[in-house]
Amino acid sequence: MGEFFRVLTDNASLFREGFYNTVKLFLIAGVGSLVLGMLLGAMRVSPVPALRAFGATYVNLVRNTPLTLVFAFLVFAVPKLDVNIDYFNSACIALTAYTSAFICEVVRSGVNTVATGQAEAARALGMTFAQVLTLIVLPQALRAMVPPMMSVLIAMLKNTTIAAGFSVLEAGAIPAYMSERGEPQFIVLTWIVIGFLILILPLVVLQRILERKWAVAR
Amino acid sequence: MTTGDPLIVLDGVNKWFGPLHVLDDVSLSVGRGEVVVVIGPSGSGKSTLCRTINRLEPIDSGTITFDGQPLPAEGKPLAKLRSEVGMVFQSFNLFAHKTILENVALGPVKVRKEKPAAARERGLALLDRVGIANQADKYPAQLSGGQQQRAAIARALAMQPKAMLFDEPTSALDPEMVGEVLDVMTSLASEGMTMVVVTHEMGFARHAANRVIFMADGKLVEDAPPTEFFANPRSERAKDFLSKILTH
Repeated sequence: MGEFFRVLTDNASLFREGFYNTVKLFLIAGVGSLVLGMLLGAMRVSPVPALRAFGATYVNLVRNTPLTLVFAFLVFAVPKLDVNIDYFNSACIALTAYTSAFICEVVRSGVNTVATGQAEAARALGMTFAQVLTLIVLPQALRAMVPPMMSVLIAMLKNTTIAAGFSVLEAGAIPAYMSERGEPQFIVLTWIVIGFLILILPLVVLQRILERKWAVAR
Repeated sequence: MTTGDPLIVLDGVNKWFGPLHVLDDVSLSVGRGEVVVVIGPSGSGKSTLCRTINRLEPIDSGTITFDGQPLPAEGKPLAKLRSEVGMVFQSFNLFAHKTILENVALGPVKVRKEKPAAARERGLALLDRVGIANQADKYPAQLSGGQQQRAAIARALAMQPKAMLFDEPTSALDPEMVGEVLDVMTSLASEGMTMVVVTHEMGFARHAANRVIFMADGKLVEDAPPTEFFANPRSERAKDFLSKILTH
């Protein structure tokens, strides 16, 4: 047991830096993909055919590309176009681009749970598309969106570990450093799992709170 | 029977749902202050006709003008036109996440940019007028069907529309609640509101309508004052339809 805690305390700064970057990646890409995903979702349900086509193409292209390939594009291909983005920012962009495709589909499925008559009544009052979406449809769609949205965000939090393969020192990169230092891998990996469980816990609690809050809204 | 200049004019309107010719060369003029009741067997296109007037259903050919202007195709001009045409649906379609008063005040505040306090005050007066002011702070699901439909009428009236469209407003109601909704509609008609009403309520057609339109297979078959239509329907389709519904 002493050995178990020694691995953590002896390498505290590495663990701290790794998880700090994981959280930073998660927060930046989380906000980014929520915003971009909502926009893409709005495009997919909009009355403008060109926007719908763009949304559908984006989702089908990005969602079906392995995340490691999305990273590889940003880290290896984009610099060839004389665009210089550092590794951390590349990771943020890759995660945002990838996750927003999934968020988009969560938004769209949530919108589809709202009866069409709700949007029709809003349009009949003279509301614009943006008003129909933000005042009438999305508030009623949120409840159905919460569980799948949290699953997507949890998946993204875990997907941040792919950044380790592209020179970002986040939690997924810790095992490599630790094996250089000769630390026991079993204990190192267990600590990383514990770290992720702690990070995911607030998301689970948030899901509970939101589900409760919106359950009584009608 | 036209009481004033034409407010709603449909000219040679055609619409297909795939191979189904749901509106077949329909022309119709509704005068300001006129109450037109549209009847006909189900699938005859009468609901679609009603929904083309505020372009909830786009048409394939022909023209529709409202208050002298052709219906805008999309965007802000279309939204503005819709704000001038009240619509009442068969399934009420009250906003489920808003209280009754919020439902009524939302359009004036968000579309007309009225002050919330003023919109709420007028909303309450409208709810009082349709007899459900005491339900103002409840959610739609807490009300009976008749109360919900009266709230939906108040919501449409809050926009101070130039005309009101009713798409089978009593078809989803329990029989004992039909009367309370028709009462509101009758008083609206007597106050001079221009109304297009798709309904199966022949009593309402008889006493409140200026004209009865009979539709079958997407065509406008008859267009006559109610006394004339019910006493002497000219077409076989109308005779057949009336014999089926009036013999019970």
